[in-house]
Amino acid sequence: MIENIVNANGLIFAFFIVGVIMYLSYLFSKKILNNMIPGAAIAIIIALILAFMGEDKGVSNLPYMGGMAILGGSMLRDFSVVATAMGVDISKIKQAGFSGILSLFIGVSFSFSLGVIVALLMGYSDPISLTTIGAGACTYIVGPVTGSALGASSEIIALSVATGVVKVIVTSICTPLVATKIGLNNPNSAMIFGGLIGTTSGVAAGLAATDEKLVPYGALTATFFTGLGCLMCPSIFYFIINALVS
Amino acid sequence: MNIYGVSLLAFCFLAGKIIGTFLGSLIGLSGDIGGVGFSMFLLVFINSYLKKKNINISKSENGVLFWSTMYIPIVVAMSASQNVKAAMLGGWLAIIVGVLVTIVAFMLVPLLSRIGKEDLNKK
Repeated sequence: MIENIVNANGLIFAFFIVGVIMYLSYLFSKKILNNMIPGAAIAIIIALILAFMGEDKGVSNLPYMGGMAILGGSMLRDFSVVATAMGVDISKIKQAGFSGILSLFIGVSFSFSLGVIVALLMGYSDPISLTTIGAGACTYIVGPVTGSALGASSEIIALSVATGVVKVIVTSICTPLVATKIGLNNPNSAMIFGGLIGTTSGVAAGLAATDEKLVPYGALTATFFTGLGCLMCPSIFYFIINALVS
Repeated sequence: MNIYGVSLLAFCFLAGKIIGTFLGSLIGLSGDIGGVGFSMFLLVFINSYLKKKNINISKSENGVLFWSTMYIPIVVAMSASQNVKAAMLGGWLAIIVGVLVTIVAFMLVPLLSRIGKEDLNKK
């Protein structure tokens, strides 16, 4: 009976589960780690460990847990990302204007190049696979968008998604650890950070764990990163790789 | 009322998605090109326009603020529904590229921040 009720109300059950995860994480952070690692970061690490127990959709493949994919799906994610813009101060966007745009172009170009170089070193040689893997180094959305646009094999597309997911995981966990060293403590550097890293979820998760007030600034540039990546990878970058390889 | 804020948020969200998808179709992609970014700018501009006109939206604002505070729980749910196994099984390539790209990006932040600061000083 309980199974039926939970399965019929999956999203509500997900609210409950995520609330419990958050509560335990913040408690653990405060009482045991003395706030050394923020509660939000611990909650995300716990979530990633839980995802290991499932398959292609992480924990939501498991019984009772289907609602997690709805709560964590792209619709609600994008909706709440847009909502974070409510706290954005226009004058600060103008301040970060030039360096923000510069960081976007540098971020997309260097992520793509690095991905292509490593793929070359590991034995991939056809331009479509190289471009798709390079796109995956941008974000896990740019990868499959580029791959499908160019007609890459499903194996390569899966690899590009995996690359993007690794980037999210590393960003989520490492941002609070390196934040002080790289001067990530003001809206200007948060916008540059968002433009360089570009994975909206990783940037927002990492910034949330560092300082919640910085999330909208990082998310603002980061959301353009995927757009810019989807624009440049299947077009200009593919033409360049194609010309270089052949 | 809260619903006014949520409705405004929904309008900005959909308008941004439409612009993004339209741009995508212009260059022959089925994807949405920067839609979330357009939505955010739209919300920022509408919000500051209303404030400039001295229209009191503090009660409607709560509808938007609720969703912005739901961001972290949603990220937690999203992380839990990622294909973490594939990220690990996808071979060393995925891990090497993912880690390398992130580390280099971290190192570039202070470099570019300096440009931002010089910008500010000029102003």
